[in-house]
Amino acid sequence: MIRIFIKELNGFLDSLIGYAVVVVFLVVMGLLLWVFPETSVLDYGFADMETLFSLGPYVFIFLVPAVTMRSFAEERKMGTLEWLLTKPLSEGGIVTGKFLASVCLVILALLPTLTYYFSLRYLGNPVGNVDTSGVIGSYLGLVLLGCVFCALGILASSLVANQIVSFMLAAFLCFFFYAGFESASQLFADGGSALLLKQAGIRYHYDSLSRGLIDSRDLIYFGSVTALALLSAKTVLSSRSW
Amino acid sequence: MSIHVSRLTKTYGKQCAVNDISFSVNEGEIVGFLGPNGAGKSTTMKVLTGFIPPTSGTVMVAGKDVVQSPQFVKQLTGYLAEHNPLYHDMYVPEYLDFAAAIYGLPRPSRKVRIKELVGLCGLGEEQHKKIGMLSKGYRQRVGLAQALIHDPAVLILDEPTSGLDPNQLVEIRKLIRTVSSNKTVLFSSHILQEVEALCDRVVVINRGVIVADDRLANLVRQGQHFLVVEFEQDLAAEILAEAEGVEEVIPLERKRFRIRPRAGIDLRPAIVRFAAEHNLVLLELRQEENSLESVFSQLTRTGENEIIA
Repeated sequence: MIRIFIKELNGFLDSLIGYAVVVVFLVVMGLLLWVFPETSVLDYGFADMETLFSLGPYVFIFLVPAVTMRSFAEERKMGTLEWLLTKPLSEGGIVTGKFLASVCLVILALLPTLTYYFSLRYLGNPVGNVDTSGVIGSYLGLVLLGCVFCALGILASSLVANQIVSFMLAAFLCFFFYAGFESASQLFADGGSALLLKQAGIRYHYDSLSRGLIDSRDLIYFGSVTALALLSAKTVLSSRSW
Repeated sequence: MSIHVSRLTKTYGKQCAVNDISFSVNEGEIVGFLGPNGAGKSTTMKVLTGFIPPTSGTVMVAGKDVVQSPQFVKQLTGYLAEHNPLYHDMYVPEYLDFAAAIYGLPRPSRKVRIKELVGLCGLGEEQHKKIGMLSKGYRQRVGLAQALIHDPAVLILDEPTSGLDPNQLVEIRKLIRTVSSNKTVLFSSHILQEVEALCDRVVVINRGVIVADDRLANLVRQGQHFLVVEFEQDLAAEILAEAEGVEEVIPLERKRFRIRPRAGIDLRPAIVRFAAEHNLVLLELRQEENSLESVFSQLTRTGENEIIA
């Protein structure tokens, strides 16, 4: 698993992909947070990072699948999947290694945005007047969201050999898990099933974390969706009876 | 460290790729796995290396079942897959180091081993390039180097020399011979000279069934002998076919024929007599050495399969 992790991370950092993801994410977030008047903190008047945390997931919906789309699709296309699977490695280890490398890249993209927090602290009146616990919760939520998206992306990549199809499938899955469930819940008039459907989506739990309240139920939700997606990917790999 | 395949069957959907085959490779033996395209060679090797599960039957490597203890078998085996899959954006030493690390070689011995293999496989000049930039022959060497990286007891090579030029062919063959002492080697090929040059024994597979499993010399002896004759005069093949002991006449160029005798008969005296009776001048009478090619094509002629020699 460690070997796969190192190899994948090297793969990201040796090629343009890793840097492209980090740069694109930072440019988009920077523009939204500081430049575009509609969403800019400076025009908003409150020392608040809400923009980053409400729009970040939508940027992730496109960026994370771009990171994960090649993970298995390319191995399959190049035939190196056969190479990997005839080495003394477990399928679970391969999936986990690739997953952790993608998560690592997502965290690398997020890290520089911490400077936003410190800038905001300084901009606050009085200095330091920022909802710190809310920010911590939101960051945790964003990282966990990144985990779920990476897991979904890897699942999509394990299912198809074509990278483009893998990207689209992953983007769809991410979007559906993030916002789809919540939107779909509006189809139901009765409150019980609507709430249930809403709770199946990521946004419900993400919003709850953004309030700065770290609830074990939300952590369990993120953990179990991630685990489920990775387990499915492992099952897809194991069932190679073609 | 032997390989035992018993009653192995592999079907893909409705198509049966390998049908109830059994063979074994003893410790220290080099066995050639021969067959036309699509005969089931690669499928068998994929099952042997634990990449795909068998539909039925068992495959044992070094006494352990591939399905039940895949990690043990994979650790023990070096495998070069059919199309030699490689990571094109890795450097040669980087890739070999990755492979070595997967097999759990500690870092210091990895370095030594990589240096050794780069020398052994003749990769010295190309070792600072990315794999994607290498020519086919060098990629094949890299593939071979990764299969050998952990000094495996069992080596499974699926068409290790496909697509190489004649010089590279000779070199790779030499390399295989050098490294395969005290290893159990199964390699597939459809280049017969190669099999002749390398193997103790051949297993011939056709349409998913084993049609021969014997030492090379025995196989060649078993096959039929042909006679090539040339007359000075024109002659219809039908007349020649009526000569005593003749099973079949295949016309070659104008006045030459290849004759297949009935089993176990030395046809030469009969042909000389035939020539005298018909007032023909015999220019050539030659017993054709039975080649592996002819044995191979005889063995795999069943069905409409194209014969690759």
